[in-house]
This record gives sequence, C-alpha cells and structure tokens, in this order.
Amino acid sequence: MSLYTDIGGDAAVNAAVDIFYRKVLKDDRINRFFEGVDMDKQAAKQKAFLTMAFGGPHNYTGEDMRKGHAHLVAKGLNDSHFDAVMEHIGSTLTELKVPANLIAQAAAIAESTRKDVLGK
Amino acid sequence: MAKVIYGGQSYECGTDSVLDCLTAQGVPVPSSCRSGICQTCLMRTVNGEVPEKAKAGLKPTLAMQNYFLACSCFPESDIEVALPEAGVNRLSAEVVSVERLKPDILGIKLSPSKIFEYRAGQFLNLYKDKTTARSYSLASVPRLDESLAIHVRKVPNGLVSGWLFENLKAGDRIEISEAAGDCFYAPGNPDQNIILIGTGTGLAPLYGIVRDALQSGHRGRLSLYHGGYDVYGFYLVEELKELESRYPNFSYRPCVSEGDAPEGYAKGMVHEAALAEHPDLSGWRVFLCGNPLMVNAAKKQTFFAGASMREIFADPF
Repeated sequence: MSLYTDIGGDAAVNAAVDIFYRKVLKDDRINRFFEGVDMDKQAAKQKAFLTMAFGGPHNYTGEDMRKGHAHLVAKGLNDSHFDAVMEHIGSTLTELKVPANLIAQAAAIAESTRKDVLGK
Repeated sequence: MAKVIYGGQSYECGTDSVLDCLTAQGVPVPSSCRSGICQTCLMRTVNGEVPEKAKAGLKPTLAMQNYFLACSCFPESDIEVALPEAGVNRLSAEVVSVERLKPDILGIKLSPSKIFEYRAGQFLNLYKDKTTARSYSLASVPRLDESLAIHVRKVPNGLVSGWLFENLKAGDRIEISEAAGDCFYAPGNPDQNIILIGTGTGLAPLYGIVRDALQSGHRGRLSLYHGGYDVYGFYLVEELKELESRYPNFSYRPCVSEGDAPEGYAKGMVHEAALAEHPDLSGWRVFLCGNPLMVNAAKKQTFFAGASMREIFADPF
C-alpha cells in the first residue's frame, strides 16, 4: 500500500485542502504572499501540492518548484515561512485524524521540496 | 485514431493526452502539475465528447459547460477544443422591452435571433459597436421566461450604459454574445442550504439563480441578501416578497449600508450582515455577485465560515 492510498487518496486531499488553505490564509506570518491571488486557482494549486506530499500522482520537478515560487522568493519568502507551511500540513492531518507515522511520511515529502521552493 | 482539432488545425493524438499532443505541435496550452489536479490546463470542447476522467475534480458548473483538463484527456473519438479565454460567438437580438426598474437601473428584455442556450446567472456581452462591449448577467430562467432579461445600472460617464439609457427602445436590434460564466445553479444535492449575497445589479444573476433552484425543486434553504446604499437602493422587492410567501425555504433580506435600517432590513455591509445571521456555513453553497470589493471580501469570509472553496461561486462586476 502506498502512502497516498493509506492516507485516503483523492477524498482525503479534498478534505484536507479546505482546512489547510484556511489555515494558510489566516496565518499573518505568511498570508501576505497570497494577497490578490485568485482563490479558486490557488486552492487547486494547494490541492496539487498536498497530493504530492501525500505521495499521490504528480509530475512536478525541482525546476517547476523553483520557477513557481521565484516571484515569492523575490518578495522575501524564506525558511520561517516554509516552516509555517510545514506546521499547517501537520496540524491539518492531525485534525483529520491521520496516524502520526503517515503524517511523518507526508511531512518528509513536503520537506524535500524546501531547497527548490526557496530557490537555494 | 482520435484527432484533436484546435484553431482550425487537426492533430493526430495517438496515445498522448490532449495536452502533450497540442504542446508537441507548439500550441501554447498552459500547464503545471500534469496530473489532473491543479487545473491549469483547463480547455473546453467545441465539438465531441471527452472521457469522464478528463473532468474529474472540476466544479460541476465547469463540467456542465464542456470544460475538461487537457493533461488527463485521452480522447476516444475526434474532438474540437478551445482554450477557455477564446472569444464566444456573437448573434443579434431584438429588444422586446425596456423598463426602468429604478431611476438608475434599466430592465431590458431581449429576443435572440437564434437558439440561445444559457443558465440563469450566466452573463452575456452586449455590444455598442464592433469593439465596445459590457458584460451583463442574466436574470431570466430558460424554462420560466420567454425573453432574456438583463439589468443595467447607469454608470457615470458609462459608454455602454449611457448609450442604453438614452437610446434603447423596443424593436431595436443589438449585438450580443453567447452566454458564459460559471456562476449558476447546478442541479443535484437538493437539500443543501444556499446563501446568495449581492449588491446593486448583482441581484440580477441571483434572482435568476433563486428562481432556477426553486423551479428545480430545491428543498434546502435559499437565503438571499441584497445590499444597497439606503432604502431607495432596492428593486424587485414585490417579486421577491411574493416568492418568499410562495416558498417557505426561500428568504429575502435587504440590507442598507448607510443610515437607519427600517424594520425587516439588515444594517451594515451586506456580506457582514449575512454572516452575522449565518456564522457557520459548513456544507453550504455560496453565490456572490456585484461589487468586486464585496465579492472578494465575502469569498474569503464565507470560506473562513466553513464553506468549501469548491462550493463558492462568484461573479464580481
């Protein structure tokens, strides 16, 4: 069984994306990076990101992650903001009662994008 | 072997997705995740059918308008496709009637020159001349109304609204576009509660959506909030009160942003008044139309109040 199936697949991502995106938008440490963006498009991107973190299907390369976040790095996106997002992934999955060992696996996948997201 | 037709050119798709097939030929289709999730590669079929899998995860209002995801579309038969922003067809329409709903709002009824498919709440473009157009939402419902109905607010120095207010009369012929937009009632889930919030002529699409839902036998609550500056800011009041008396699941609440609020009126910003009366919107469907500042603020606040992003339909104008 893959992580994606264990976590609950597409249904789990659907449940997670609203909770996760609400946390991100309410967090004054990071919500300035989302000001003025189209919320529908952003929610779909959040879903793609969570799908990847949950071990689901994706074709993102490190290069895609770099390009996709370069405009945010220019605005000051750094490790503290990445940490805040990691925190929200963890608390979202905890709220959804996902077992701790699966949360750790998802967190490790998300963590693996840090360098690319931050353009390091 | 299925063909994909785009921009008048025909491409052999082979075993590729529509996205890979078109981008390999140099057609600039935007994409990101290539896994059917991020919806960046949204396209629309003009002719033909795509497999259901190509519509997975789309809002029902998009799927119903033949949108699909190019990256997860492996066509089984020939299809003609377009990018979402491609222009829609124009047609002519005869003006059936012009009525002042309020001193600064015109109600215009139109009879299109050919079959006009639409859903209440979608919009059309109305052309003053070849290049000057404005979008107006449809207040009419296909099964209930013979003509198309739009509401036009007089905009100070408005090119199109000024022209319509001064010149338009019954019998005139004007140019319009086909209907577009995804702010409409999709049948299904008839017990879901629905909240609708609008300002000014944002009432037009909401009036259409409410009547469409009631006519479709929607059983959940339909709670409509209309915001105006003062008590003179409202129209269709009698019609809405009549609907309220006929359908116990429908409620209409006018809301004034300035001055005193008489009995029956809410006071303050309309989306704040609506949220004060409905603080928990978990499981609700949400429609937001009108002033972009209100619509954008309300989108965030209704989402924070528990509505799912996929259940929020908005039309700022």
